[in-house]
Amino acid sequence: MHISAQDSSVGTDLPLDWIQAEVAALKVKPGPLLPILHSIRDRLGYIPEEAVPIIAEGLQITRAEVHGVISFYHDFNTAPIGRHRLQICRAEACQARGCRSLETHAKAKLGIDYHQTTADGEFTLEPVYCLGNCATGPSVRLDNDIHGRVTAKRLDALLGQAATVPLTLQPLAEEPES
Amino acid sequence: MTRIYVPRDTTALSLGADEVAAKLEQGCAERNLGVELVRNGSRGLFWLEPLLEVETDQGRIAYGPVAPEDIPALLDEGLLNGRPGHPLYRGPTEEIPYLKKQQRLTFARAGITDPVSLDDYIRHGGYVGLRKALAKIAQEIVDEVKTSGLRGRGGAAFPAGIKWQTVLDADARTPNSPYSKRKFIVCNADEGDSGTFADRLVMEADPFMLIEGMTIAGLAVGADTGFIYLRSEYPVAHQILNEAIARAEEVGYLGDNVLNSGKAFHLEVRLGAGAYICGEETSLLDSLEGKRGQVRVKPPLPALKGAFGQPTVVNNVLTLAAVPFILAEGGQAYADYGMGRSRGTLPFQLTGNIERGGVVELAFGITLRELLEDFGGGTASGRPMRAVQVGGPLGAYMPESQWDTPLDYEAFSEVGAVVGHGGIVVFDDTVDMLDQARFAMEFCAIESCGKCTPCRIGSTRGVEVIDRIRANEQRDDNLILLRDLCDTLEDGSLCAMGGMTPNPVRSALQYFPDDFYRDPTTASNTTREEA
Repeated sequence: MHISAQDSSVGTDLPLDWIQAEVAALKVKPGPLLPILHSIRDRLGYIPEEAVPIIAEGLQITRAEVHGVISFYHDFNTAPIGRHRLQICRAEACQARGCRSLETHAKAKLGIDYHQTTADGEFTLEPVYCLGNCATGPSVRLDNDIHGRVTAKRLDALLGQAATVPLTLQPLAEEPES
Repeated sequence: MTRIYVPRDTTALSLGADEVAAKLEQGCAERNLGVELVRNGSRGLFWLEPLLEVETDQGRIAYGPVAPEDIPALLDEGLLNGRPGHPLYRGPTEEIPYLKKQQRLTFARAGITDPVSLDDYIRHGGYVGLRKALAKIAQEIVDEVKTSGLRGRGGAAFPAGIKWQTVLDADARTPNSPYSKRKFIVCNADEGDSGTFADRLVMEADPFMLIEGMTIAGLAVGADTGFIYLRSEYPVAHQILNEAIARAEEVGYLGDNVLNSGKAFHLEVRLGAGAYICGEETSLLDSLEGKRGQVRVKPPLPALKGAFGQPTVVNNVLTLAAVPFILAEGGQAYADYGMGRSRGTLPFQLTGNIERGGVVELAFGITLRELLEDFGGGTASGRPMRAVQVGGPLGAYMPESQWDTPLDYEAFSEVGAVVGHGGIVVFDDTVDMLDQARFAMEFCAIESCGKCTPCRIGSTRGVEVIDRIRANEQRDDNLILLRDLCDTLEDGSLCAMGGMTPNPVRSALQYFPDDFYRDPTTASNTTREEA
């Protein structure tokens, strides 16, 4: 079972005026679309559907073009995420240091698969392909902090520190789809 | 006041450098010890991070790897005097063999300076190259780069001087475009290859060198604007680059009138958004323009029609970072390093299952084995090494029989491998090479831009075929099919993503065939290790 963290809290009170102002402020740059999308993601954690027509109109491009760009990039998720984003490096250098077992541990611990959010809305789990910390893997990124030589125990400690409610082992009754 | 250095690069931070720094300040305050804490870049000796250094009469003395809980004992045992005795004492930093045996040009300042201190940069030889460049005409700058023999360090190894000449000579008039008559410098800082962090370390440890190199490139080709296209997975580099650019603007090294020369150069960091393919230069340009990062058909070359349709230099971080040295010391001084057509130095990056991982900058020509053993010190797990992937996820897996190959572009090419960006990923004997071949295809499927069919669909089919091989379903037929698929990817893809994905797959098949013939009921090496 996985639900989006902010299903109930976000959606009604999106800062649409702010998005409009941000588009207006950034559109003077050459190639402004990625900076605009990053700015929205930084503030909201995702790119809401409601932002698409505002961006399209501001930049005088079609909504399809905006949607095409959003859907191309891994960073621009279109649904809200949990309070913390946990990314586990799945790339070769971390594979050589045991990231495959670390990801298995993280999925079991959180009771979710990649691209899902824990039922309490605390963590969203994502894969990442290299954090550039390849001499001291396996590496994870928790929000904006990168951690190296992460063992299962260290990961548990990091999650415990970040969590606002005590973390308990999730039942694995429902096998997450791969 | 004793000066103490605690690095602030991603690796040091990922291992607790901030906590070490906090504990140090607290410990010194408790003991009434006056210290000046400098947050330097890393020396790139990542196996020793967090590497704490103390400035003494005998030079800088190193301690590492330091954990926060080591601080009280270190202070009590004479840390501030650089006293030996403590088990973490490493002696004078410059005498650590791992560092002493290197030939550091690009990383000459890394870890020595405070990365965002312009004074530090200038005190250590910074901006000499720019001043010399300002006294030259554009063609003379390009000639200096040609003399150096510098080749693109991103992986393709294209001669930088020739690229610059093309942009210098290009006609930038584009009627009806708001960008008419402009040229651009684009730094490819989308260092997505696993096993590489040299670009990151330049940006985090010595960002002014990149800024200076890009400014010189602007003077050389007549560009007034540069973009650093940085991957979003590098938040620390992002912050440090922005700090450094702001400092350079404040004092006139960047802006409308660079060092009162009457010439403008503006620089902006642009963040990628998690797409590996944007490390390919034409995808990068589309992404910079605000589009899906899809590969462009060449020609036209980016040098003639690049960012926003204008003539553009697209170079890797390490390429641009080599430029200040070339201008300061002369192209010939740079060319004096290296072998054959591989001139200068390349920072190799020892990563994965390696005891002493880090940056090793050397002239071309050292063998892989020397790097792995003399510098790397074997695997971190203590188990035998089995496979080494060089040149990123699109590079071949090399078996022990190839480890005596000298590291230069041509010698590697002869054995079907690539040096690429100098990343070296070590695997011990628990690796399952079928898993690695499968991952190569999976990665291609996840990261393909989707423009060409062999890469977009072939990679997914590749994963399926390898799964059938693992399950021993018509194994021999599927092995033939896999090889055929590799040929299709290589011959039919638009760019290196699809074109080179066969490298890891074929090398796994060729040098580690046993892994493709396992009994499917037996667990793989990896799972055995976990059990």
